[in-house]
Amino acid sequence: MSTQAPSHEDAFEAHHGHSHGHGAGHGTLKSYVTGFILSVILTAIPFWLVMADVLDSPVLTAIIVMALGAIQIVVHMIFFLHMNTRSEGGWTMMALIFTIVLVAIALSGSIWVMHHLNVNMMPMSPQMMKNMP
Amino acid sequence: MFSDPDLLKFVFGRLTLEAIPYHEPILVATFLAVAIGGIALVGLITYYRFWGTLWRDWLTSVDHKKIGIMYVILALVMLLRGFADAIMMRLQQAMAFGGAEGYLPPHHYDQIFTAHGVIMIFFMAMPFVTGLMNFVVPLQIGARDVSFPFLNNFSFWMTTAGAIIIMMSLFVGEFARTGWLAYPPLSGADYSPGVGVDYYIWGLQVAGIGTTLSGINLIATIVKMRAPGMTMMKMPVFTWTSLCTNVLIVATFPVLTATLALLSLDRYVGTNFFTNDLGGNPMMYVNLIWIWGHPEVYILVLPAFGIFSEVVATFCGKRLFGYASMVYATVVITILSYIVWLHHFFTMGSGASVNAFFGITTMIISIPTGAKMFNWLFTMYRGRIRYEVPMLWTVGFMVTFVIGGMTGVLLAVPPADFVLHNSLFLIAHFHNVIIGGVVFGLMAGVVYWFPKAFGFRLDPFWGKMSFWFWLIGFYFAFMPLYVLGLMGVTRRVSQFDDPSLQIWFVIAAFGAFLIALGILSMLIQLVVSFIKREELRDRTGDPWDARTLEWSTSSPPPDYNFAFTPVVHDQDSWWDMKKRGHSRPLGGFKPIHMPKNTGTGVILGAASVVFAFAMVWYMWWLAGLSFLAMVAIAIGHTFNYDRDFYIPAEVVVETEGKRTEMLASEV
Repeated sequence: MSTQAPSHEDAFEAHHGHSHGHGAGHGTLKSYVTGFILSVILTAIPFWLVMADVLDSPVLTAIIVMALGAIQIVVHMIFFLHMNTRSEGGWTMMALIFTIVLVAIALSGSIWVMHHLNVNMMPMSPQMMKNMP
Repeated sequence: MFSDPDLLKFVFGRLTLEAIPYHEPILVATFLAVAIGGIALVGLITYYRFWGTLWRDWLTSVDHKKIGIMYVILALVMLLRGFADAIMMRLQQAMAFGGAEGYLPPHHYDQIFTAHGVIMIFFMAMPFVTGLMNFVVPLQIGARDVSFPFLNNFSFWMTTAGAIIIMMSLFVGEFARTGWLAYPPLSGADYSPGVGVDYYIWGLQVAGIGTTLSGINLIATIVKMRAPGMTMMKMPVFTWTSLCTNVLIVATFPVLTATLALLSLDRYVGTNFFTNDLGGNPMMYVNLIWIWGHPEVYILVLPAFGIFSEVVATFCGKRLFGYASMVYATVVITILSYIVWLHHFFTMGSGASVNAFFGITTMIISIPTGAKMFNWLFTMYRGRIRYEVPMLWTVGFMVTFVIGGMTGVLLAVPPADFVLHNSLFLIAHFHNVIIGGVVFGLMAGVVYWFPKAFGFRLDPFWGKMSFWFWLIGFYFAFMPLYVLGLMGVTRRVSQFDDPSLQIWFVIAAFGAFLIALGILSMLIQLVVSFIKREELRDRTGDPWDARTLEWSTSSPPPDYNFAFTPVVHDQDSWWDMKKRGHSRPLGGFKPIHMPKNTGTGVILGAASVVFAFAMVWYMWWLAGLSFLAMVAIAIGHTFNYDRDFYIPAEVVVETEGKRTEMLASEV
């Protein structure tokens, strides 16, 4: 036991030093620039859509803006947070999947619950409907 | 100068002399008691010249063991405060019948039930759980500290800062009168214009930062710092439940933070997220807060399950029955806890399909919990059971928690919930699971790990007294509430008309009195054990003949925990080592790299108390100043490169030599 132990002695230090041997990879200049340009494009399109009133339907505009936002998140995760399926022995990926599942549960659940509530508890006259914000 | 109202208002915001409740005799008496106690404490610390030690070795410590102990001390102090609230409510409800008004005016009573809930959950149970995890987890996985030692100290001080903010509301201003989750519209600016809800919001926000950060820290510790050989499925069950709890913390506390942030926007800048105007919807708050709130229940109870698993295996002298099923049950509970939140508001008005879905998921969650219960039972079956105090708490838990769980399944049936919602039946149910599950578990954990932390066992006689008072007191205090709830008595009521109900409240108050004796016994137990510490001394480091790695080192463990990182071959690794005739390494020690103490956590905590106080009282200049100070201190700390040191090999040799002598003296 004591013959093996010293080799593990450094386990503690590895986590406090700057060893990244088994951690997430560092980005290259190219990947950062790619990420930056993609982010700028993905940010510019929504501004253009809204400010220049490109589409007639505001609902469609909102959907496109949200979709571009979601894509933006993925760009940030890949190029700036250096997430991939292998980093940290798969833990990052697992944490991401877990997070997505929870966010999906919370969002869809809340919408479902509040929609039901709205249908059941908010009897409205046409007059009230018209004045709804 | 003092005659200028504008200047006064600028400096003090809405804080005036009237905010000090000197006209309330109960509060004045409390203040005097607190002041006398505080002065006595300061006097004692000065007399024993303890200030230097206190600052250097405790307050600024980044040692996970000391931080863990400080968390538990905070929890015990807050337990006393929260319990004082509880017994005041019990007395009031036992007295205020048939025209009698009792001794608490309604506005005071409302603050007390709010404070009781907030303190017991956020500042008693949470620090207690975090403290035990902090102390035990690194030892159980064979690590020398947590992943981020400074962050750990900072988390502790943020939690403490939150507790201080809540305690301040007792003597400066008022506390919320909204119930522990502060539902709008009652907690909105229109119905609660005072400072109570603001104290609530800022207290929880500050403490929430600490909780989230400590969750991140412990996840990283468990994932990255396990001893070589300890695969996930060889981890002790307490470490497993801690991992799941911290995952829950990290995933849900941001929801609480966001929800409270929206509420504070409603209150401070007049937005309409949770008002009835302009498209706001108060029910959205209820929905969001329970998305945090239900997992919170499991955040508290999972570590307790872990403690029971360790205790049962140790005191039955057997490997835990169904280790893998225990782990899977824990993970399943972790996931399922996210899809049951609506059962807290079945009556809100969602349709049958929504209620049915959440009712069924709630019933499903009792399956993994039941599996755990059978695992403990089968571990006991044909075990050589030693009824030491931690085992007593465990058996008390198994009986009590099953009752609580079954009333929970009753409440999970939506039609039944329509009858029982907001009644004392609900109060009895959740106290049944939180006292019977969480508190009993924490008590078992304290008695079980106390010798590891301090080097001597707790006195068993007073431990048993405490257990029996708690157990019997619990049944006296809460069984009457089930009866009352079934008769339709609602919660949070300070006066009653029907005199036939009084007897039940008197019985409940008697139960609370028994629990008070239980808490007193626990305090006596601490004093008696300290006096008899030589007699109760643990020289082996393994007083219970236990199974996991924390018992392989000395009691109390040296600063560096393990001179050599242990190598794990089996679950119950210490038991495995003992069976294989493991011998301690006696030579070849090397210098050990350790993190250095820092006062930054204390300073940041203090600054956040000032910030929260300024926000509560609208002292904008002070809020801005203290916020800037916090940012500056945090950035400044990143330039502090003097963070580590080596414990020289000679010191390790000396420490380990003392241990060898101590072990030899025992045999």
